[in-house]
Amino acid sequence: MTQPALEAVIGLEVHAELLTRSKIFCGCSAAFGAPPDTNVCPVCLGMPGVLPVLNRRVVEFAIRAGLATHCRIAPRSVFARKNYFYPDLPKGYQISQYELPLCTGGHLDVLVDGTVRRIGLTRIHIEEDTGKNLHDVDDAASLVDFNRSGVPLLEIVSEPDLRTPAEAGAYLRMLRAILQYLEICDGNMEEGSFRCDANVSVRPRGHTGLGTKVEVKNMNSFRAVEKALAFEIARQTEALAAGERVRQETRLWDADREETRPMRAKEHADDYRYFPEPDLPPLVVDPAWVEEIRTTLPELPGPRRERFEREYGLSAYDADVLTQRKDLADYFETGVRAGAAPKEMANWTTTEVLRLVREEKLDAALAIREWPVTAAQVASLARLVQAGTITRSTAKALLPRLRGTGRDPAELVAAEGLAQVSDRGALERAVAEVLAAHPAQVAEYRAGKEKVLGFLVGRVMRASGGKANPQLVQELLRAALASETR
Amino acid sequence: MAITHDEVRRVAALARLRLEPDLVARLAADLSHILDAFTRLQAVDTSGIPPTAHAEDLALALRPDEVTNPPADEALLAGAPDRRGRCFRVPRIIE
Amino acid sequence: MTALTELSLRETAARVRRREVSATEVTRATLARIAAVEPGLGAFLTVCEPQALAAAAAVDRALAAGEDPGPLAGAAVALKDNICTAGIRTTAGSRMLERFVPAYDATVAARLRAAGAVLVGKCNLDEFAMGSSTENSALGVTRNPWDPERVPGGSSGGSAAAVAARECHAALGTDTGGSIRLPAGFCGVVGLKPTYGRVSRFGVIAYASSLDQVGPIARDVADAALVLAAIAGHDPRDATSAPRPLPPLDRLDGEVRGLRLGLPREYFVEGMQPAVETAVRAAVRVLEGLGAVVEPVSLPHTEHAVATYYLVATAEASSNLARYDGVRYGLRVPAASLGAMYEATRAAGFGAEVTRRIMLGTYVLSKGYYDAWYLKAQQVRTLIRRDFEAAFARCDALVTPVAPTTAFRRGERLADPLTMYLSDIFTISVNLAGLPALVLPCGFDEAGLPIGLQLVGRPFDEATVLRTAAAYEGATDWHARRPPG
Repeated sequence: MTQPALEAVIGLEVHAELLTRSKIFCGCSAAFGAPPDTNVCPVCLGMPGVLPVLNRRVVEFAIRAGLATHCRIAPRSVFARKNYFYPDLPKGYQISQYELPLCTGGHLDVLVDGTVRRIGLTRIHIEEDTGKNLHDVDDAASLVDFNRSGVPLLEIVSEPDLRTPAEAGAYLRMLRAILQYLEICDGNMEEGSFRCDANVSVRPRGHTGLGTKVEVKNMNSFRAVEKALAFEIARQTEALAAGERVRQETRLWDADREETRPMRAKEHADDYRYFPEPDLPPLVVDPAWVEEIRTTLPELPGPRRERFEREYGLSAYDADVLTQRKDLADYFETGVRAGAAPKEMANWTTTEVLRLVREEKLDAALAIREWPVTAAQVASLARLVQAGTITRSTAKALLPRLRGTGRDPAELVAAEGLAQVSDRGALERAVAEVLAAHPAQVAEYRAGKEKVLGFLVGRVMRASGGKANPQLVQELLRAALASETR
Repeated sequence: MAITHDEVRRVAALARLRLEPDLVARLAADLSHILDAFTRLQAVDTSGIPPTAHAEDLALALRPDEVTNPPADEALLAGAPDRRGRCFRVPRIIE
Repeated sequence: MTALTELSLRETAARVRRREVSATEVTRATLARIAAVEPGLGAFLTVCEPQALAAAAAVDRALAAGEDPGPLAGAAVALKDNICTAGIRTTAGSRMLERFVPAYDATVAARLRAAGAVLVGKCNLDEFAMGSSTENSALGVTRNPWDPERVPGGSSGGSAAAVAARECHAALGTDTGGSIRLPAGFCGVVGLKPTYGRVSRFGVIAYASSLDQVGPIARDVADAALVLAAIAGHDPRDATSAPRPLPPLDRLDGEVRGLRLGLPREYFVEGMQPAVETAVRAAVRVLEGLGAVVEPVSLPHTEHAVATYYLVATAEASSNLARYDGVRYGLRVPAASLGAMYEATRAAGFGAEVTRRIMLGTYVLSKGYYDAWYLKAQQVRTLIRRDFEAAFARCDALVTPVAPTTAFRRGERLADPLTMYLSDIFTISVNLAGLPALVLPCGFDEAGLPIGLQLVGRPFDEATVLRTAAAYEGATDWHARRPPG
C-alpha cells in the first residue's frame, strides 16, 4: 500500500539498437541471428592496433531521434571512453559519449489516463554495443559471441519526471513508437533491441530534492518494467515507513519470483575513468544536414494521434491504439481515404484485422509489409455494412475469406448473393408468415412481454437465411404487432 | 605526494593487475616519487585554457553504411586461448 | 659481397628496377648480413627469411613481366615489432603477445609492400613502446652498434640499430615521446617523426593514441624521404589521419638561404654533456654558413613537458592496454575465476615499466584525480602547443639537440624511472604539439658515440625539415661514418 504522503520519482534509461546495415565503427554486418563470431573483424574484436571509423548513418539516425523528441542537436559533440573489464567488452572500454553528447534537452508527450504529460529528456547519445555472454554447457565456463559487439546504440535518458509505473509504461510505448516511426529501431524488448533500466526513489510529496536512488535492471518487457517499478516503489515505501533507510544499490528484477533483488556486490567499484576518445576527432554536424534530415521526418505518433481525434472524431483511446504503430495508422488512413467511415475503419482495424495479423505472427516486424487483407478490402467491407448491403455478422464472416485473395468483397457479395434483404415488401411477407406461425409468442408480446420480440426477429432472420436487414425486421415486426392490437 | 598502499591496491584493482606485497610497496614509492616531481604542474596558470583532447584540428570523417567485411573465417579466431566451437571460452561469469 | 648492403636504399631500388641486380640477390645479401651481425647486436625479434625471399621473387617476376614493382623495389626494410604484419609474429616486445600472429597488416606495412620493399624482419623495442633504451623488452637485448655495452636508445632501438648496422636499407619505428628520434641519434642514423596524422596508425599497436606516429629510420635524408613518401597519406581506416597529401619531396635541393632557424633557449640546459652542446652549436654554425638566419626563441613551458607527457601518455596507455586480458588472443594464465584469470594474465604478461605506467595512467584518470592531473596536463599541453605556434611565427624551423647525452651504458638508468624519463626532455614536446621532427648525426663524442641534431618544423611542413637536413648533410659527412663491424 502506498502511503499517501510519499511520491515516486522515476527516470528511465533506454538503449536502442539501430537498424543500420553495418556496425558503428567497422564494416561488419549488424544483422541479428548469424552463427557466433561470424560478423566480426579485428576492429570489433578489439585486436591490437585497430581503430574505429564512425558510420554516417548512425549519426543520421541519432539526429532523427533528437529532432523527433525536440532535442537540441549539438553542432560539436565528443566521443569518450568508458573503461571497465568484462569478457563481452573487447577493448576493455566502450566508446560512448560523456560530457558533450549529440542531443540534449528534449521531451516526450505521453498520454496517461486521458491526460497528456510532458516527460523531459536529459540527453540522447551514441555508443557501441557489447558482445553477448552465454553460459557454457558445463557450469565452469562462459562463452562469448562478439557478433553484437559494435552494433550501434542510442542511449536515451529521461529526466526523473515519471511518477507512476503506468506513466513509465506509457513513456516506453511512446518512445518505442517514435523510434519505429522513424524506422531507426525495431523496438523489440524481448529480443533485446530495446532495453530499459530504471532509477527509482521515493520522497515526501511536495519535496523537490531526490531520495536515495535505486537502479533497477533486467526488465525484459513493458509489463516487467511496470511490475518491477510497482514492487520497488512499495519496497522503498515500506522500508521508510519502518524507519529504515533505502540503500543506494543496483537491483535486478526477477521475473519468476516477481521481486527485485540486490545485484551481487561488484568486486570493484564502478570508476569508469571517462576521458575523450583520442582515436575519434570531435563530431561536427553541419546545420544544413540537420535541416535536411528534419524534412524527412514522418508525422510522429503524438501529433498523428491528435490529428486522428480532430479530423476523424476518434476517441483518444482509439486514436492511441491506432497510432502506436505507423503501419497500423497508415492502414487505417488508407481505408478512410477509400471511403470507409473513420469509426468503422478504426473498429475493423483494431479488432478483426489485428486479430488476423497476430494469428499470422506478422506484427513482430517493424512494418507489416503483407497484410492478410488490404485496407482497400476492409474499406469496401465497411462501406457495404454502412450502406446496409450486408449485415455486420456477414461482413465478419467474409473477412477471413478475403485473406490473400485480393478480391473486392463487393464482388464476392454479388457473386454469392450475400446481400442482405432490405426489400420492405419481401420482409413484410416474411413477418406476416412468422406472426401467423407463432400465435403464442404474439399473444405474449401483446400481453407486455417485450423480450419475445427477439425470438420473433430471430425467426424472420432464419427464414431469410440470415440475410434480412435486422433493423428493418424489427421495425416491421413492431409495426405489425402494434397494428393488430386494435 | 604520498600514495598509500591502499591507493595502490585500489588502482591495481581497477587495472586488473595482481601485485605482490613488495610490488605494492615499490609502486607506492615510485608513483609518489613521480607525482612529486610533477606537482609543479599544479602551479601553472591554466585558467581559461582549453584542454588538448585531440592532437589536431580535424573534424570527424564519417564512413558510408555499407557491409564491407565478409563473414569472419577461422584465422581471426585461431589465436583464442580457449574456444568452444566459434565462441570464445572464459571462466564462468557470475552475475 | 659488402657492396650490396652498403648501397643506399634509393641506389639499390634504382639498380633493381634497371635489372642490374635482382631483388632476390639483394635479399640474400641482406639475410647473410643479418646472420653475421645479429649474434652481437640483437636488433631483430623475428627474421622472416621465407617470406622475404618470396617477396623478392615477386618483385623480380613483376620486373620480368615488364610491370612496375614500385619505387622501393627490392629494398630491404624492417618493421618495429609493434607494427602488425599478417601471418608474421608481432610481439610488441612483450610476453603478452609473444606468440601473437595477426591476421591483418598495418596500413604502413601494406604500403611498403605495395611499393616493392622486401620485409626482412621485425625489430626489438621497449615493451609496448614504453621506454628510452629498449632495455624494457621482455624478449631480447639490443646493443648499440657503436659500442655493445651501450643502449641503442628506445623505444625503436632495434629498428635504429638494424639500419646503422646495415642489416636493412631502412626501417620503420614509432615515436610517442621521442622513440624514433632518440635511437636514431644514439645510433648515428636519420630518424623522422612525421606530423601527427601524416601517417596511418591502423595496425600499429597503440601506446598513446594522441601522440603515436610511425616514421622512417634510414641511412640518409634522401632515403628517409623516399620511405616517408611510400607510407604517408590519408587512410580511411584511421579517423585521425589527415586528408592532406604529402607534397612531392623528390627535389630536396637543400637550399636554406634566408631560412629562419630558431634555437630554443630552454633546450640548452645545464647538465648537458659538453660534447653534445659543442656539436650542436657547430652544426648551427654550418647552417648559418649555408645562409640560414639563426635566432634565439623561447618555449617557456618546456620545463613542464615531461610531466605533461607522462600524465597524458600513461592515461591513454592504461586504456589502450586494457584489451590484453587473455580472452581473445595473446597470453592467458588459466585460473578458476574470471577475475583471477585477468589478474594473473596481466601480471605475467606485462613487465615492470608497463605495469608502472598502467598504474600511473589509471591513477590520474580515476575518480577524484582526473581534474587535478589528466585535465591539468591536457591544458598545459595546449600551452606547450601555443609556445611552438609563437616560435613558428618568427621561424621556419627549430634546431635542438636530440638528447642531453650520447648513448648511456646498459643498466645505468634503471634504478630511478625518472632518470630514464628525462632522456626524452628534448623530444617530448614535439609529440605533445604534433609537429614533424627529424634527427640526423652531427658529430661524435670522445668515446666515438654519435651525437644527434634535431630539426623541428611546422605542422605538415616535413618538406622544410627535410630540406634543411639535406642541406646540413650535404655540407658534412657524419652520415658516411660506419659503426665497427
